[in-house]
Amino acid sequence: MIVDTSTLSCPLPIMDHDTVQLAHGSGGSLSASLIEKLFLPRFDNAMLNQLEDQAVMELPACRLAFSTDSFVVDPIFFPGGDIGDLAINGTANDVCMSGAVPLYVSAAFIIEEGFAMESLHRILLSMEQAGKQAGVTVVTGDTKVVNKGSCDKIFITTTGLGSVPDGVMISAGGIQPGDKIILSGTIADHGMAVMTSRENLSFQTRIQSDTAALNGLVEKMIKTTTEIHAMRDPTRGGLATTLNEFASTSNVGIKLIEGNIPISPDVKGACEILGIDPLNVANEGKLVAAVPPDKVDAVLDAMRKHPLGRQAAIIGEAVTDHKGMVAGETLLGVSRIVDMPVGEQLPRIC
Amino acid sequence: MKYLDEYRDPTLAVKILEEIKNHVTQPWVIMEICGGQTHAIVRNGIDQVLQGKIELVHGPGCPVCVTPLETIDRAIDIAGRPEVIFCSFGDMLRVPGSAKDLFMVKSEGGDVRIVYSPLEAVRLARENPDREVVFFAVGFETTAPGNAMAVMQADKEGLNNFSEIVSHVLVPPAMKALLSSPDNRVQGYLAAGHVCSIMGYKEYEPIARQYKVPIVPTGFEPVDILEGLLMVVKQLEEDRHQVENQYVRVVRREGNKAARDIIQKVFKVTDRKWRGIGLLPASGLGICETYAAFDAEKKFSVDAIHVTEPDNCISGLVLQGLKKPVDCPAFGRECKPEHPLGATMVSSEGACAAYHKYHRN
Ligand code: SF4
Repeated sequence: MIVDTSTLSCPLPIMDHDTVQLAHGSGGSLSASLIEKLFLPRFDNAMLNQLEDQAVMELPACRLAFSTDSFVVDPIFFPGGDIGDLAINGTANDVCMSGAVPLYVSAAFIIEEGFAMESLHRILLSMEQAGKQAGVTVVTGDTKVVNKGSCDKIFITTTGLGSVPDGVMISAGGIQPGDKIILSGTIADHGMAVMTSRENLSFQTRIQSDTAALNGLVEKMIKTTTEIHAMRDPTRGGLATTLNEFASTSNVGIKLIEGNIPISPDVKGACEILGIDPLNVANEGKLVAAVPPDKVDAVLDAMRKHPLGRQAAIIGEAVTDHKGMVAGETLLGVSRIVDMPVGEQLPRIC
Repeated sequence: MKYLDEYRDPTLAVKILEEIKNHVTQPWVIMEICGGQTHAIVRNGIDQVLQGKIELVHGPGCPVCVTPLETIDRAIDIAGRPEVIFCSFGDMLRVPGSAKDLFMVKSEGGDVRIVYSPLEAVRLARENPDREVVFFAVGFETTAPGNAMAVMQADKEGLNNFSEIVSHVLVPPAMKALLSSPDNRVQGYLAAGHVCSIMGYKEYEPIARQYKVPIVPTGFEPVDILEGLLMVVKQLEEDRHQVENQYVRVVRREGNKAARDIIQKVFKVTDRKWRGIGLLPASGLGICETYAAFDAEKKFSVDAIHVTEPDNCISGLVLQGLKKPVDCPAFGRECKPEHPLGATMVSSEGACAAYHKYHRN
């Protein structure tokens, strides 16, 4: 979901410094004031406010999903989001791809000395918003400040905890031949938004990151059926990577119908100009799922009623041929391999 | 970008394909010059659907692939110097030099940056007056105007901390070299549309006459390529040898005069070594005397370079259209995109990379 934090009316609290100093991470009084003035108001909750070294929580008697991810995106502010909402959404998504309901998040910040207080505040505001939207609570955290040059502006690590509903068993290895592959919406928005927003690119686009927490959408899907055989969010490496992981982990072939993959004209154009295959570009608010054929209509229906699934489409099928590989069909009806990208030539995108 | 869709129209593609099949009476050998076309051909399976009708051989048209090892080693040497910000298109970074590639230079602390236009490098020079900004200018005639423009811009702004390693190559001399080789099997050519958009196709006319080969400047979309092939096939079947333009929406016979003028101002024609092929007379561009101050190879003296090519790589033969990537014993085994032995496995326009990506099994 796009939150324009620059228009939110929550001014930077009066701080003694305009920029983050080494002492702000020293554990002394400056640390305490930073936490109190900047962090606590954003993540205000009983568990965090006690400022213990750990959060102690009651958990429902269930299986837990547990996931961690670090965010080093450059630039930290990009069209459609920033490193803050990305850090919340990314971890919420990793947790909920198991079908779990994400509940709690921890957040660790590594900040480069001299980082603007204003920017930190903006990032925290967007984390607050993203947390509210995803329904997760930041219950514990840590802040370190490192020497100038020891990290690039700010790195955030988030860890998430969620409860898996009874009867739900989703993994990348559960795909059966015949399963339909569903994609929740357009591809390559995030990667291209980050890439085209880099100052040294000589053309401008209106591309926005798709960063969003998918747990609401997942919940709707699971309500329709617990028989979702596999689910993943195609982040780094893009859709091609996720489908290849599906194929090799489940030992099935995947037949891709490229023409069905939703993509916005702007993203398509930018990929064209830069010579980039959109199948290899990161998404931060999309999911791919493998669903048995008799459930596919109901799942699609439910997805399309959710704002994040309006453009959901069947983009392929699991088959017994070419096990472990993804194959597309060219316009001449010849089948071609859809490979994972080899190396990363993009800037840091998440 | 919407207009491209009509050149990807399956119905149209199949219609042209049928027409090609109806015209062909013998298995003609046709070479596409440009690596971008090679990728489109392999990606769309055009070579497969034409099997037995036309043999498509892939030409030397990947600038990254033909950049000589000496130049890459020299670039690596310069890129590793502390005062240098080294700028290059992304593909060049993974091309193996004798000992390492530019990515390794970067990981060892070299300031190596991927740029999308040489003017970005000029901007970096402007913003970093205390650093030396070096741009790796490779490519065919297509990218030459932009790279020449960057030199002129730097000159205009008096940026004496900007320079280029120029390794530009020219298509017609390479075509002539391939056609005069005793091993040549090529009977017709798809010329590279982008190159012709700058240079026009006048210079291909004497080649078509002398070597009796049809030459068709062709675009990069599947329908373009099929149409170009149809035009070549019709000429071959009618025993004609002319230059006919498929890429009319972009290419004029005279090319783009303004762009050609810029090239002429900044560059001069030189002999150039092509990786895998050898030295071809008058087949490249280098910086001319007027702009010698922007020639990185003059600015930075590099000690004698001793190059070592991996001996099991047959990319030279692949680049000349004499072998297919799958004929190489190392293909898909010792040599993969993750650890390439030759440049043709690295570049997004290299034939080995195209085969590995789309045709592996
Ligand atoms: S497959 Fe590798 S080793 Fe063989 S010719 Fe191509 S680049 Fe060289």
